[in-house]
Amino acid sequence: MRPHGYVRARSVADALAVHAAHPGARYLAGGTNLVDLMKLGVARPTVLIDVRRLPLDRVEETAGGGLLVGATVRNSDLAAHPLVRSRYPALSQSLLSGASGQLRNAATTGGNLLQRTRCGYFQDVSKPCNKREPGSGCPAVEGSHRELAVLGHSPHCVATHPSDMAVALTALDASVHLRGVSGTRALPVSEFHRLPGDRPELDTRLRPGELVVGVELPPVPPGARCAYRKVRDRASCAFALVSVAARLAVENGRIVHAALAFGGLAHRPWRAWTAEERLVGAPATGASFARAAEAELEAAEPLRDNAFKVRLAGDLAVQVLGTLAGEGA
Amino acid sequence: MEPTAGSGDPADAAGATASVVTLHVNGVARTLAVDHRTTLLDALRERLSVTGPKKGCDHGQCGACTVLVDGRRMLACLLPAVAWDGARVLTAEGLSEGGRLHPVQAAFVARDALQCGYCTPGQVCSAVGVLSEAAEGHPSLATPAGPARTGGGLPPPVRLTPEEIRERMSGNLCRCGAYAQIVAAVGDVAP
Amino acid sequence: MTGAGRAAGDLERREAREKVTGRARYAAEYRPEGRLHGRPVPAAVARGRIASVDVSRALAVRGVVAVLTHENAPRLAAPQDPTLAVLRDDRVPHRGWYVALVVAETPEDARAGAAAVEVVYEAEEHDVVLRPDHPGLYTPEEANGGHPAVRERGDPDAALAAAPVLVEAEYRLGALHNHPMEPHAATAEWRDGGLTLHDSTQGGNAVREVLAGMFGVHRRQVTVVAEHVGGGFGSKGTARPHAVLAAMAALHTGRPVTVALPRRDLAAVVGHRAPTLHRVRLGAGPDGVLTAVEHLVVTRTSRVREFVEQAAVPARVMYGCAHSRTAHRVVALDVPTPSWMRAPGEAPGMYALESAMDELASATGVDPVELRLRNDTDREPDSGRPFSSRGLAACLREGARRFGWEGRDPRPGVRRAGGVLTGTGVASATYPVLVNPSRASARAEPDGGFRVAVNATDIGTGARTVLAQIAAEALGVPPEAVIVEVGSTALPAASLAGGSAGTASWGWAVHRACTELAERLAGAGGRVPPEGMAVDADTRGEADAEVPWARHAFGAVFAEVRADTVTGEVRLARLLGVFAAGRILNARTARAQFTGGMIMGAGMALTERSSIDVRFGDFAERDLAAYHVPVSADVPDVRAHWIEEEDPHLNPMGSKGIGEIGITGAPAAIGNALHHALGARLREPPFTPDRVLAVLRRTPPG
Repeated sequence: MRPHGYVRARSVADALAVHAAHPGARYLAGGTNLVDLMKLGVARPTVLIDVRRLPLDRVEETAGGGLLVGATVRNSDLAAHPLVRSRYPALSQSLLSGASGQLRNAATTGGNLLQRTRCGYFQDVSKPCNKREPGSGCPAVEGSHRELAVLGHSPHCVATHPSDMAVALTALDASVHLRGVSGTRALPVSEFHRLPGDRPELDTRLRPGELVVGVELPPVPPGARCAYRKVRDRASCAFALVSVAARLAVENGRIVHAALAFGGLAHRPWRAWTAEERLVGAPATGASFARAAEAELEAAEPLRDNAFKVRLAGDLAVQVLGTLAGEGA
Repeated sequence: MEPTAGSGDPADAAGATASVVTLHVNGVARTLAVDHRTTLLDALRERLSVTGPKKGCDHGQCGACTVLVDGRRMLACLLPAVAWDGARVLTAEGLSEGGRLHPVQAAFVARDALQCGYCTPGQVCSAVGVLSEAAEGHPSLATPAGPARTGGGLPPPVRLTPEEIRERMSGNLCRCGAYAQIVAAVGDVAP
Repeated sequence: MTGAGRAAGDLERREAREKVTGRARYAAEYRPEGRLHGRPVPAAVARGRIASVDVSRALAVRGVVAVLTHENAPRLAAPQDPTLAVLRDDRVPHRGWYVALVVAETPEDARAGAAAVEVVYEAEEHDVVLRPDHPGLYTPEEANGGHPAVRERGDPDAALAAAPVLVEAEYRLGALHNHPMEPHAATAEWRDGGLTLHDSTQGGNAVREVLAGMFGVHRRQVTVVAEHVGGGFGSKGTARPHAVLAAMAALHTGRPVTVALPRRDLAAVVGHRAPTLHRVRLGAGPDGVLTAVEHLVVTRTSRVREFVEQAAVPARVMYGCAHSRTAHRVVALDVPTPSWMRAPGEAPGMYALESAMDELASATGVDPVELRLRNDTDREPDSGRPFSSRGLAACLREGARRFGWEGRDPRPGVRRAGGVLTGTGVASATYPVLVNPSRASARAEPDGGFRVAVNATDIGTGARTVLAQIAAEALGVPPEAVIVEVGSTALPAASLAGGSAGTASWGWAVHRACTELAERLAGAGGRVPPEGMAVDADTRGEADAEVPWARHAFGAVFAEVRADTVTGEVRLARLLGVFAAGRILNARTARAQFTGGMIMGAGMALTERSSIDVRFGDFAERDLAAYHVPVSADVPDVRAHWIEEEDPHLNPMGSKGIGEIGITGAPAAIGNALHHALGARLREPPFTPDRVLAVLRRTPPG
């Protein structure tokens, strides 16, 4: 961890300008992942630009009945927000499934999206890792990978994205609001994170210097209910082996809206588009759920020690969807 | 020697690697120059001799460094001290004033909710944070679904059942395994 | 039985207030003037030599005062324990072995300096995988604890061949890590040729001997202080490299130095429980009465030092039978050196043996509690010596009563609610009675107070409190009248806090000193002279005398688990232990020891997973995010009870050690409960979702 500068941003524009002026600068919000990675020698910023005190800490209803969540809203506050709990319980549950109470009090919405993989090779600078040092190799393919990807990985990287929140946001059709020197834009959360391909060093489609300023949740489709369920090695305070976020609306026994996302399976939260196509219009039965999950997971290419994830993900999706269908009945 | 931001205002120290900050630790304003790499935990332990917060892992994985920052429990090992200039920091030392134990501390003693003691100051601070979070209606994964708020009022407090306490205290590891006593102690203080 | 100490058997911990207010100080929290921080550099290859070290970049880092390597570190005498031979030569025996120490003004500077040390290695092929057919396996002379590696009675092969019922099973346990909450740390200061070391250790006297020897000074020139120690569980039972490095760096720089090890380093340098492969064969009649027991253990050690986890030893203690073979084989690999972890031998050995007993219960249809009662014995099978006391049967019966065992449906895999299967299980627990000679002094003050001094170490056991009770009872005064001083080699020498022997060893010496003092006081008409009255005691020759009895504590642990058949998650519903450990001296600290051990056992069964990285040679799970020690949510309902046991063959207090027995029954009890839940048996803890799902998919439940 080398000495570094520190600038407290006075505004979003100020933050962007400082970033542009300082190569190697990094934005700092809650710091719960960045400081960890700096201590490990994985992150080596020249300057930290502190955005935590920017006025991005509000949760507001949008005109259309959705929610706009500021980037620095803390995880615990977002999980506790009455509108999140009532309209988007999957989001609240996903946040409460992550980390610990202490971490959730510091971690922010933007920072949570930008968490980096917990792959042990990525965190250990004495070992190769294509994500950390492009071209150095990926020991996880043959090495320790029980927790790593079964979908969408490449020979260059089999890391998984560790966020719970991002999985729920993916299923809830949320979008990420970004500000850069050249303006603002929004990306669906499902497109915000990348698959590794041959550029595993890039986790997201964030452009250099761009700042996450917020997350927008669209209004809830009529009659839809959502839930988040996480499977882990211990009862609390552990990263997901597999998680499922799902939203379902059923009318007269038929599925009229379905959204499904998996965590712990891929380099990004895995939106199950194939499954959703099969679900919409199908009867809300266990058989439909199972067929849909199976269709989605056909593409899985498990590694030596993580094949259990594939069926676990499918079975968990069936269970969560079944519960949602039962509740909605 | 150290390039320190001179003004006492750490807001712009892009070229400096240290800044002067003021931390209100256990009610006392402490002004010091900190290396930007210094965490709140190291500032407390190494610079201010406040060693109640413990270094158990230094990576946010054990909870031994839990302190209350502006009233909320956080892990001091992951907070850059420079970023928390002006913050009010409360540690286990500060919870007991004038020799009188905080009710959580008294409950820990009465329930024997400790063994080696290394996780204990963090457990105590975490428990104090849990009590206020529950009072403010913050849910945990163990909180049953229910109306978070009806109308525009404040959310109702969450009742701290043993299951709630276990889930909420799970960020504080205790390798001695005093969990049953800790949960009982927190339960004693919960309304 | 009715003295003041007895009445105060539920005393509050003496240091509780210091601990809850954050005022209790640990080894890294002493800040002598001018103190520096040392950060070690771990080796990045699993085997080889250091070809070159370039410290120039590290020395250029702001705040770095010195970089110690094998090229410039103070030359010390060779330690008896080769794991302490750090910075002596260019050899790298395993990944994570320390190859340099950076000493700097602040922790941040030390960390940056350590990252800047450039080491070039000549790497050699390494071998880190334990296999049951490894060609390097050999039978050691003895296993840890001085136990013979192999014991055989009767004709086990013939008896097993002839047995009406034969259970044959293999169990595998991975490595386990102590991970006390306080990482190992020491603060060293040399002054006038003498060394003062604040160390995170379970036994300062041993550390003093080691350091005096290595640094070539008299033991009187070395003071080791361990006022508060943040847990150890065996990993602080011997001197560790951090202490040597701190003392070395303080000598080299002429300034006090603290070395506090990073959590991620611990797995490589402070010992761990070695993985063990078990083969158990039980021969029995149709009534479940054992005719033969065979327990074969294969394990591994490092190339640095032989340490053989004595996992077959409990089979020599537990159940009566005429024919038996218990044996250990070991192979030295290029791995970190294993060492003591809570109940070495018993913890893994009882997991295997008690799992096999459950399989025997299934095979014979005998209730698992009844099966253990039928195989109870009043003589230690291996030695033939009578037990000084053996409360196993009482623990099983009392546990069954408290747990509600009666009427249990023995059928596995049938208690289903939704996707969740429930099951209950039982296992026996045992741990030997160990005791070591110690010294203590007791002093009567003219003001009516008493002062007891002994270099006991309180690693969380409540030693100060219990010793005060023992002293008070011997003196016939209330415990508040007794000041207890522990935790420094300036006090009368005592044995370590390990082997569950602390209270017995220190308490014996304290008891003797106080008893003599009470007699002398009585002789003086109860008047304390102005200069006070003092008695020194030394239990050498008494505490370590040979005895004709087999002395062990016993227990029974009952578990209820819920297994989610969709997710494979296993969660503990209840864990209940009943123990027979002589006289319980302090109910609250005893309960804490028992339940704490049981929770560590639950971690062993359910969450604690460690694997070796074959390519790199280190443990894959080195931090507390990857290595899952149980959290509060993992242990909903854990209770410990005990049987009052009168045993005159122990020590003056009538106590047995209680620090380790708790871990010895829980893993098998949980595994057996899981079998009862699923109707399928897992034989490799921890029972994480991947493993549970694999078994469920092979054998769909009921």
